[in-house]
Amino acid sequence: MPPILEAAARPTLLLVGHGMVGQRFLEALVERGVADSHQVVVLCEEPRAAYDRVHLTSYFEGTSADELSLTPADFMERHGIELHLGEPGQSIDRAAKTVTTPAGRTFAYDILVLATGSYPFVPPVPGKDAEGCFVYRTIEDLEAIETYAKDAARGAVVGGGLLGLEAAGALKGLGLSTQIVEFAPRLMPAQVDEGGGAALLRTIERMGLDVRTGAGTQEIVTDEAGRVTGMLLTDGTQLPTDLVVFSAGVRPRDQLARECGLEVGERGGIKVGEECRTSDDAVYAIGECAQTVDGKVYGLVAPGYAMAEAAADAIAGFPGSFTGADMSTKLKLLGVDVASFGDAHGATEGCLDVVYADSRSGTYKKLVVDPDGKLLGGVLVGDADAYGMLRPLTGSVPPVSPEQLVLPAGAGGPVKLGPDALPDEAIICSCHNVTKGQICACGTLPEVKQCTKAGTGCGSCVKTILQLLPQSGDKGLCGCFGHTRAELYEIVRVKRITSYARLLDEHGRDEARGSEGCEICKPTVGSIIASLAPAIGADGYVLAGEQAALQDTNDHFLANMQRNGSYSIVPRIPGGEITPEKLIVIGEVARDYGLYTKITGGQRIDLFGARVDQLPGIWARLVDAGFESGHAYGKALRTVKSCVGQTWCRYGVQDSVRMAIDLELRYRGLRAPHKLKSAVSGCARECAEAQSKDFGVIATASGWNLYVGGNGGMTPRHADLLAQDLSDTELIRLIDRFLMFYIRTADRLERTASWLERLEGGLEHLREVIVEDSLGLCDELESLMAAHVAGYSDEWAETLQDPERLARFVSFVNAPGTPDPTVQFVAERDQMKPDLQVLIPEGALTAR
Amino acid sequence: MNLQLKLDDAWFTVCPAGAVQPGRGVAALLPDGRHAALFIDRSGRAYAIDNRDPFTGASVLSRGLIGSAAGRAFVASPLLKQRFDLESGRCLDDEEVAVQAYEVRLGQQ
Repeated sequence: MPPILEAAARPTLLLVGHGMVGQRFLEALVERGVADSHQVVVLCEEPRAAYDRVHLTSYFEGTSADELSLTPADFMERHGIELHLGEPGQSIDRAAKTVTTPAGRTFAYDILVLATGSYPFVPPVPGKDAEGCFVYRTIEDLEAIETYAKDAARGAVVGGGLLGLEAAGALKGLGLSTQIVEFAPRLMPAQVDEGGGAALLRTIERMGLDVRTGAGTQEIVTDEAGRVTGMLLTDGTQLPTDLVVFSAGVRPRDQLARECGLEVGERGGIKVGEECRTSDDAVYAIGECAQTVDGKVYGLVAPGYAMAEAAADAIAGFPGSFTGADMSTKLKLLGVDVASFGDAHGATEGCLDVVYADSRSGTYKKLVVDPDGKLLGGVLVGDADAYGMLRPLTGSVPPVSPEQLVLPAGAGGPVKLGPDALPDEAIICSCHNVTKGQICACGTLPEVKQCTKAGTGCGSCVKTILQLLPQSGDKGLCGCFGHTRAELYEIVRVKRITSYARLLDEHGRDEARGSEGCEICKPTVGSIIASLAPAIGADGYVLAGEQAALQDTNDHFLANMQRNGSYSIVPRIPGGEITPEKLIVIGEVARDYGLYTKITGGQRIDLFGARVDQLPGIWARLVDAGFESGHAYGKALRTVKSCVGQTWCRYGVQDSVRMAIDLELRYRGLRAPHKLKSAVSGCARECAEAQSKDFGVIATASGWNLYVGGNGGMTPRHADLLAQDLSDTELIRLIDRFLMFYIRTADRLERTASWLERLEGGLEHLREVIVEDSLGLCDELESLMAAHVAGYSDEWAETLQDPERLARFVSFVNAPGTPDPTVQFVAERDQMKPDLQVLIPEGALTAR
Repeated sequence: MNLQLKLDDAWFTVCPAGAVQPGRGVAALLPDGRHAALFIDRSGRAYAIDNRDPFTGASVLSRGLIGSAAGRAFVASPLLKQRFDLESGRCLDDEEVAVQAYEVRLGQQ
């Protein structure tokens, strides 16, 4: 630690702008030791520190502002950097070397770095500032759009480029009927050629979006109150809309530089040299506000990062320069893969095209090669899986012919060209310029991200990185099985194994065969057998025969053990709908047995404090009144919550209660790798909180939207929208497939949220498998679910019918009439709670 | 055949062996008021330890799942999942903790 006096004497480096590039610049300073040798001060206009603007749209899909953050919580503190939020630079005095902010504060600098980014271009048309006009740049912009969209039915996006399509996807996701207006004759004119634009257009129109190309905005039409009601286009079209998002490109924010006399490019952008230094030696400019030596203003994050590195090098006295950047990108817009790399437009003299186009599937692939076969660039629309391979091959002659590289499977291709074929110097992460060789020197993805930063920019290279890394060691379920849960599921299914002992003896690790097994694999296998019971000919009753020995105590006693060894009981209340008569029965049973009652979060009633020997008596009365097991004890479907829906609520658009009951009755008793929760909301207000569930359903005017992979609890996750406007039948078919695919492939105790996060290819892969049936699995998944539904019976009703099974519900095997004396209760708030004093004998170890 | 455990110098009969499902346990009330947890593994071998889970104080070990590690049988507490060796009563997850183990047999008397 340098002494404080010395610290005060350090030169000051002032950074104006804390966006993605600004943060990357700070990291580069830290890496080069500049944060120690200089006092670093940052002015940030936005109310929050740098966040991932590239993935801004995911904010609408449930990613929180915190998750988007690119600034580790203690980053500034750890490196002694002073960050001022909500305080932009307003003017620069280059002679005095100071920057003044709107709050009137003045910051001195020895070195000034401008990373002010860009602003959205809004065409100067009448009405552009009306209420209902937005831009798409910051989290605050998105929040404003989200709020306004609540009272809107239609939205229009001006601009059909990269950001415009992002914005259109977001509006559609908010439930608006969405229109795109693009001035150029095709979508994404900067990235794709005419053929690619056409493929993109067809796919996007098929999604129900209205696209108008070759049309400009002439006027924004408003009502008397000044709110947007429509647009007038240059081709004369009147386009009714409630909301307009301008997303027609960005312009460099160079105002600060202009006003203090720094040199600025003709079409904007602060002029910088190779070291990103401006016309003033003490001032640098990086990112979207800068015009680089090649005369360009780059609007992508990767070149911005490269500039941040170059400027940090120059400041630290290292060699480094920025002379221009590769404009390659791979994006997923509205679910469509779009990639372009190298000379995508075929501008090189004498170059040739190899094109594959399939308008049925919306696939378009073009490679640009020179006469010797050297790959120069390309455009991929609809299927950009090859991007990770093709981009690093740019500039070389690929090991196979270009035709084979564009043809789909079964049509002369595919050539399985894995990343193994790449040379060590091939760039895998173009955001951070990381080569294959650097990645292969690491062991795991987290190591790669930490050591090389690869995969932390746009993220498009993560798949390739994973393919390059060695497979991690033992993935076995436990000490008894070297297989994963998913592999065991397949073994049980294919070999129709209904006995745990047989599975262990035939498929366990050598040292575990013939042994007792363990507390991890027993319930896991018990659950797999229960999930597959109808298909493999096992008894569907989880306490049948040997299966009873596999169940955790909760499943074994069909109740939830509490801290003093007593149990709680949750009768099923489908959809949370219950008659007064049934409520009275629950009340009477609780009163007669002296149980503590509490309403659960899943719209049910939990009865606590039953001794094991009381469970059959309690359940006899509940079953008699028409209740059945709520499976609160099982890794199984818990509840399907609902709001009252259209029947009562003035906002409701569908009968959410009926749907919740249908779903709960359909999937009750279904054993899964972990518990399953669900909810159905009757309108977009989402009172049932369906987006925090494993599968959530939200009513729309024309059907149901299905969300999957949501979670509350310790790591909350908003569910992803899987499909929209489904009919009842379509909805149930899709949930059938979803649940069975999850049960088939998830790990032990892996909720759908983390399963979906882990699933290779993520939501898109899930959609391919269960919506498009890419693996041909759907018939089987549906028939497995049909067998479950047909084979369901209430576990408690079944248990009560069998005296032998009831015999195990005793406190003591040798004194069946004697209750466990350690299960005692004391009064609290008019009910009772466990008496923990009786559990701690004198002088004994203190209970935790 | 009865499941018996040794108290002082006498064998105390708990229940017929058939009352215990292999792989699971039962609780027994002993003459002095203590509770024992008795188990039979898949090879038919019997074990008995104190039923009280020392981590929570609840009388629940008989309701845990049994397993084996390195050839030795254990039970995992159904509450917080700590494992106890069924022959010695030692906790496998906290070496300072142990429960009493009983001698046990399948006998005729």
